[in-house]
Amino acid sequence: MNDLTLGHFVVLATILFCLGLFCVVTRRNAIGILMGIELILNSANINYVAFARYGHGGYDGQIFAIFVIMLAAAEAAIGLAIVLGIYRSFETIDVEATDRLRG
Amino acid sequence: MSITTAVFYLFAAVTVGSACGVAFGRNILYSAFALMGTFLGVAATFVLLGADFLGVVQVFVYVGGILVLTIFAVMLTHRIDVQVSNRAVGRLPGLVLSGVVLWWMIRVATSATWVVGQPGDPVPTTPGIGDAFLGTYVLPFEIASVVLLAALIGAIVLSRKEVGAA
Repeated sequence: MNDLTLGHFVVLATILFCLGLFCVVTRRNAIGILMGIELILNSANINYVAFARYGHGGYDGQIFAIFVIMLAAAEAAIGLAIVLGIYRSFETIDVEATDRLRG
Repeated sequence: MSITTAVFYLFAAVTVGSACGVAFGRNILYSAFALMGTFLGVAATFVLLGADFLGVVQVFVYVGGILVLTIFAVMLTHRIDVQVSNRAVGRLPGLVLSGVVLWWMIRVATSATWVVGQPGDPVPTTPGIGDAFLGTYVLPFEIASVVLLAALIGAIVLSRKEVGAA
C-alpha cells in the first residue's frame, strides 16, 4: 500500500543534519548556533521514529524521541538564558568576542 | 507514485527548504521564522510515520515553546550588527565539511542493508506511549520531570536581574 521506504526518511534526516551542521559551524551568533543544534536534534528524532516504524521496536523509538524533545526544551531554555546573560555583560552575542569568563 | 509518497516529498521539500533558510539566511530573525517551517515539516513527517502523538508534541513543544523562546531571544538581543551574522569559519569550509559529511552519510545510508519489517497500518499510539511511560520507562520519566524542574529554576536564576548584589 505504501512505497515509502526507510531510506527516504534516513536521507531526509541526513540532509537536515548536514544543514544543522553547516549552521553550527558557520554562525557566530550564539542564537544561530542554538538553532543549528535544534535542526540536528530534529534529524535525530526523524531517525528514531523511522527506525521504530520500520523495525520491530514498538514504542521505544517514539519514547526516546519524546525524551529528546524534552531535553531540547530544557537546553533551549538554559541556552537562551545564558545567551541573554552574555548579552547583558558583553553587549554582544558574537561567540568569538566573548572569550572571557570574568564579566 | 502513491499519494503518500507525494505527500512525503511535499513535506520533505518544506522541511529542507526552510532548513536551508535557517542555515543560509543572512538575517537571524528570518532564520528564526524559517525554523517554524522546519519544525512543522518534521511534525508532518512524524505523522506520516504513524506517530500521531509525537507529531502533536512536536508542534506544541517546538513551535509553541522553543520557537517563541528563540524569537524572544533574537529580539531581545537584536542590534544592527547582529543581523549581518558574519561567519565564524567562512561559508566555503563549512560547505565543504557539510558536503563531505552529507555525501559520506548518504552513501552509508543507501548501501547498508537495514533489517526492516513491513510496517502495519498506523494505529493510535497514545495508549501505548502512556503505558510505557508509567510502566517500563517510569524511572526515566520521573528523572525527566526533575531535569525539567531544574532547567526551569536554572533559567530563572540565570536570566533575572540581580537586585541585591552589586
